Amino acid sequence: MAAITELIHDYLRHNKKFPHVLCAGCGHGIVLGALIRSIHSLGLSKDDVVLVAGIGCSGRVAVYVDFNTVHTCHGRALTVATGIKMANPKLKVIALMGDGDALAIGGNHFIHAARRNIGITALVLNNSIYGMTGGQASPASPTGSMSTTTPLGQLERSFDVVDLGLACGAGYVARATAMHALLLGKLLEEALTRPGFCLVEVRTPCPTQYGRKNGFKTAVEMYRWYKERAVKRERWDSLPEDQRAQSFPIGVFRDAPQPGLEERYYAACSRVQEKTSCQQSQ
Amino acid sequence: MASKKRSRKELFAQGNDAVVEGALLSGCTFYAGYPITPSTEIAEGMAARLPYVPDGVFIQMEDEIASLGAAIGASLAGRKAMTATSGPGFSLMQEHIGYACMVEAPLVIVNVMRGGPSTGLPTSPAQGDVQQARWGTHGDHSIIVLSASNVQECLEMTVTAFNFAEKYRTPVILLLDEVTAHTRERLVIPEAGEVEILSRVAPSMPPEWYVPYEDGLRGVPPMPAMGSGYRYHVTGLTHDRNGFPTSRPDEVQALISRQFRKIDQFFYDIQLTESYLCDDAEVAVVAYGCVARSARLAVDLAREQGVRAGLLHLKTLFPFPRPAVEAVLRTCPRVVVPEMNMGQISREVKRVNNGLAAVRTVNRIDGQIITPQEILKPLLRG
Ligand code: SF4
Repeated sequence: MAAITELIHDYLRHNKKFPHVLCAGCGHGIVLGALIRSIHSLGLSKDDVVLVAGIGCSGRVAVYVDFNTVHTCHGRALTVATGIKMANPKLKVIALMGDGDALAIGGNHFIHAARRNIGITALVLNNSIYGMTGGQASPASPTGSMSTTTPLGQLERSFDVVDLGLACGAGYVARATAMHALLLGKLLEEALTRPGFCLVEVRTPCPTQYGRKNGFKTAVEMYRWYKERAVKRERWDSLPEDQRAQSFPIGVFRDAPQPGLEERYYAACSRVQEKTSCQQSQ
Repeated sequence: MASKKRSRKELFAQGNDAVVEGALLSGCTFYAGYPITPSTEIAEGMAARLPYVPDGVFIQMEDEIASLGAAIGASLAGRKAMTATSGPGFSLMQEHIGYACMVEAPLVIVNVMRGGPSTGLPTSPAQGDVQQARWGTHGDHSIIVLSASNVQECLEMTVTAFNFAEKYRTPVILLLDEVTAHTRERLVIPEAGEVEILSRVAPSMPPEWYVPYEDGLRGVPPMPAMGSGYRYHVTGLTHDRNGFPTSRPDEVQALISRQFRKIDQFFYDIQLTESYLCDDAEVAVVAYGCVARSARLAVDLAREQGVRAGLLHLKTLFPFPRPAVEAVLRTCPRVVVPEMNMGQISREVKRVNNGLAAVRTVNRIDGQIITPQEILKPLLRG
C-alpha cells in the first residue's frame, strides 16, 4: 500500500485538480495504474515518456499523469504519436486509445501505423461502446449488444482488435482485461521494451454505458464476467468450438518484433550521408 | 563543399521547388505529406533532400489528416515542420488546423490551390480556398495566411511563413495556385545568413516554474521541445494556463482572446503588401497570387494609355491588411479586385471600403488565369 501511495505521488500530477472524470467502477483507472507500475519498474525517466491519447473516456486519463502528455483529436492519436517518434526516436511513445477512437474514426491510422511498424506502443482500451457520448455502438460492440444507436441490437459484426493487429503486421500483439492487472502490467512491460509497433488490447468494463444497457446490474458483475470469460491463450486454443464462442483468449499472440521505422529511417539516412561525405572528401 | 568560395545558387525552377528551397533554408527538418496534384513536387523535393539534412525526416502518411497530425507531433517534439497539399487534402486538414491553433504548434501548411469544389480541376489554377484558409476549421480562431505570385516569392514567402509560425507559435498557411507552383523561371537561392531565420523561444526558467500557457506582453508563451524536461499537458480542449482542460468562463475567455491578440496586435509586422505606382493612382488594382502578375502588366498598359493606374499586391491575406487597403481606397476613386474565384478577397475589400471608393470585381472560375487585358478593361473604362 505504501509503495502504491509513493507511486501516486511520483506519477500523478499534483497541480491537476482532482476528482477525475471517470465513473465509479470504470476500468480505465486500473489500466492507468498498470501502465504507471510497468513504466516505474522499467525505470523509464518521466521526461522520456510521451503519452498520446485520443478522444473519449480513455482520452481523458492522460491529463492526470506526470509525463509529456498529449490529448489529440478523435482518432488521431497515432498520427501525432508518429510525428513525435520520427522527430525524436529516443522518446518512449505510447498511444492510448479507445475502441471507437482506434478502430472507427482512427481505423485508417491504426492499420497504417501497424503496417509501417513505427515504434509506438498502442494501447487500446476496449469497452465495446462510446462511453463519453452516452453509450452508442462502436466497431467493437458485439453482435446483438444494445446501445442507444442499436435499439434493435447490434446487427453488424465487430472487430477483433488482436486479429486486426496481427493482420496488419504488428510485431507484438497481446490482450488482457482490467480484471487481470498483473498480467496487463507484464504485457505492457514487454510491449514497452520491444522495438516497432506493439499492440496491447485491454478489455475494460464500462458499467455506466455498456453494463446498464446489457444486463449487468453492477460493476462487480462485469468484472466477474471478464474473469470467467477471459481464458489464457494457451488453454483457449485447445477448447472445443462451443466453449470458445463463450469466451475470449488473453495473453501474448505474437512476439516477433522487428526494428521500428524510425530506426530503419535514421540508419538509411546515415548511410547515404556517409556516402556523400566520402565522395566529397575524395 | 569542395571549393570554399560559394556563390549564390541560381536555378531554373518551378514554384514548388522554390518552396522546398525556402523550407530547407528556414531550417525545416520534418515533412509529412500525401501525394496530390498540383502540390506533389513539394513532397518529392522534400523526400529527396531531407535524408541529407542532419536529422531530416520525411514521411509519407496515409492521408492528409495524418500528415498534419504527424507535423504537429514533430512540432511539439521541437522540429520545424511542414506539410503541403491541394484543395481536397486541404479540406481534410481543417480538423488539425484547429488543433494546431489551439495547442499553438508552429508549422507551415502549403496549399496549392486548384479548381474546386470537390475534385474539381486537379491541374488548373484557382483561388477558391482563400476564405477556407481563414475560416475553414470550426470555432473562432486567428491564423496567418500568406500568398506568393512568382517563383522567387515562393521561396521568400516560405521563409516568412516559417518565421511567422515560430515567432507567433501558430500554424501559417501559404496559399499558392497551380500556375505559380508549376511556372518555371529563375530562382536565386540566398546563402545561409543572407536571410533572417527565426526560431521559437524555449523556456529559460527551471521546469518546475514553467507555466505552459502563461500570458505575457507578446501573448506567445515559450515552447519547450518534448523530452527536454518540461513536462506539460497538450490538449485541444479549452485549457487554463497550466494546459489543463477548463470550462471556467474567465479562463476560456483569457485563452481565446490571447490567441487572437498574439497575432492581431502585431498586424504591422505580419501584413505584408507591395504597392506599385499607387501614389498618384486614380484607379488601383488589389490582387494576389498569379493574378498580381497580370495586374502589374495591366497597370503598365493603362499608364501607356494615359490612365494613372496602380497596384496593391497583397502578400499577406490574413489577418487582412486593412491599413494598406484602406489607404488605397481613400486615395483612389476606383478600385478593381480581380480573382480566380467568385469574390473572396473582394468581400474583405468591400468590408473595409465603407463607401470610400467604387469597387469592381473581375472573376474567373473556369480554370484559366486572368489575363492583363481582362484587368485592363475596367482600368480604362470608369
Ligand atoms: S462512461 Fe464508461 S468508460 Fe466512461 S468513465 Fe464511465 S464507466 Fe468509464
